[in-house]
Amino acid sequence: MTGALALTWRQYRLERKMFWRNPSAAFFNFLLPLLFLALFGAIFSGSQEDLDVIVPGIAGMSIMTTTFVALAMNLVFLREQGVLKRLRGTPLPSGTYLASLAAHAVTNTAIQLSVVIGAGALLFGVGLPEDWVMLVVFVAAGVACLAGLGVALSHAIPNFDSAPAYVNAIFLPVIVLSGVFYDADTAPTFLRDIAQALPLTHLIDGLSAAMVTGAAFADHLDDLAVLLIWGALGALLAVRGFSWEARRG
Amino acid sequence: MRDLHKSYADVHAVQGIDFEVARGEVFGLLGPNGAGKTTTVEVLEGYRERSRGIVSVLGHDPAGRPRALRERVGIVLQSSGIYRHATPRELITHWAGFYPAARDVEEVIDLAGLRESEHVLARKLSGGQARRLDFALALIGDPELIFLDEPTTGFDPAARRAAWDTIRALADLGKTVLLTTHYLDEAQALCDRVAIVKDGRILAVGAPAELGVGASSRYRVSWRDDDGELVMRETDDPTALLHQLTSAALARGTGLEDLSVGRPSLEDVYLELTAEIDAEPSR
Repeated sequence: MTGALALTWRQYRLERKMFWRNPSAAFFNFLLPLLFLALFGAIFSGSQEDLDVIVPGIAGMSIMTTTFVALAMNLVFLREQGVLKRLRGTPLPSGTYLASLAAHAVTNTAIQLSVVIGAGALLFGVGLPEDWVMLVVFVAAGVACLAGLGVALSHAIPNFDSAPAYVNAIFLPVIVLSGVFYDADTAPTFLRDIAQALPLTHLIDGLSAAMVTGAAFADHLDDLAVLLIWGALGALLAVRGFSWEARRG
Repeated sequence: MRDLHKSYADVHAVQGIDFEVARGEVFGLLGPNGAGKTTTVEVLEGYRERSRGIVSVLGHDPAGRPRALRERVGIVLQSSGIYRHATPRELITHWAGFYPAARDVEEVIDLAGLRESEHVLARKLSGGQARRLDFALALIGDPELIFLDEPTTGFDPAARRAAWDTIRALADLGKTVLLTTHYLDEAQALCDRVAIVKDGRILAVGAPAELGVGASSRYRVSWRDDDGELVMRETDDPTALLHQLTSAALARGTGLEDLSVGRPSLEDVYLELTAEIDAEPSR
């Protein structure tokens, strides 16, 4: 059982098991987007136009919570508690460990998106996604981009007590600006300009096209490009600043 | 190289520490907080890069953190958290999977004294139980060498005794143990040899009993003078001093209240050595 895959699988299973035992993680990373979907679904229940916005919007938000928010919070916790340092003293290879964390996040994303897409089709009249290939491509790009940015953010957070403040100071404005709850194109110009710079806006644009409007993939390559640029930046910062130990002093 | 050899220097925290630990030995780094003990151990564990010097742990340079070395070493850090939502049994079983020739999980649970708390979530463990889990996770891979960084700091006396018993059990298994402590009694109780560390330097090395007597062969003689003041004098020749004292007292017709003659303990040597450094104007 010391093969890299077997070790990754073992670590992944432990992460999964522990995740469901931690009520606050399960709530923030899992139930919160679904709760928002239920609430906004109820509020917009008379308007298919609004439902067509909220379903891909919540799908984008789900990707952000299961990757960006979860990784930033968990890595700060594990680093400050010394769990990362302890693991680093064992023969477990770093790559194996990080792969299991990524697989764990991707699993959460997949489960969430299944629920959101299922609810969209069954309850909110959005129908099944128009373009599955495009959906998978955008989800993958979104996961890679937001996971990298989440890891990068964890380096900037000095201690676990301040982690929720740092994460929410980014997460909450971003979900509002990026048009999770409304069509970002209807916002005032200056807000729209800010939104255009954010990766989540472009992720939701792509998801919306793949899930609802059926717009051609070719028309959304610019969205994909923005995600990849942010993703490259996130990956660079994630790798460069990575620390296995709590900061001293 | 079979055993542990190292000597290195670090301009800041550690300035030219140099020692060797033999296989099967319990070796202690004893010194006050900030002496450079943890820095030294973390260089050996591969957490820190040394700025100078040569380090060899079980024949490996720990700086590159080679996996072959990590498989043969167990580490108990000064303080380190653990997954809060898993039980000791789950964690020990999981950790066993990291190592090529792990010990039996049941045996390690018993050795570490975790039988009663094996199914308790780690976040609910007491400080003493959490420390036992630290020991168990360091032991499960059946390491040849175990690092213990201040294994009992902050413990109540009963928990300390329990931890000492575990450390003695490790020594009985033939493990090499390198521990740091700022408790003299701990060094005396556990270590085959002790290095006294202060300001990044080793001040003395030896068996605890030898250090007390050997490092300074002087005797301490104390008594109360005629004003009732306690006087203490150190001498290499107690016979002459006592003769002088007693004849003077007899001549005066007075006694020597509270007369005592003793040899310095490890504690005396430790305090003396560390105080000498403090007295130096510049470090």
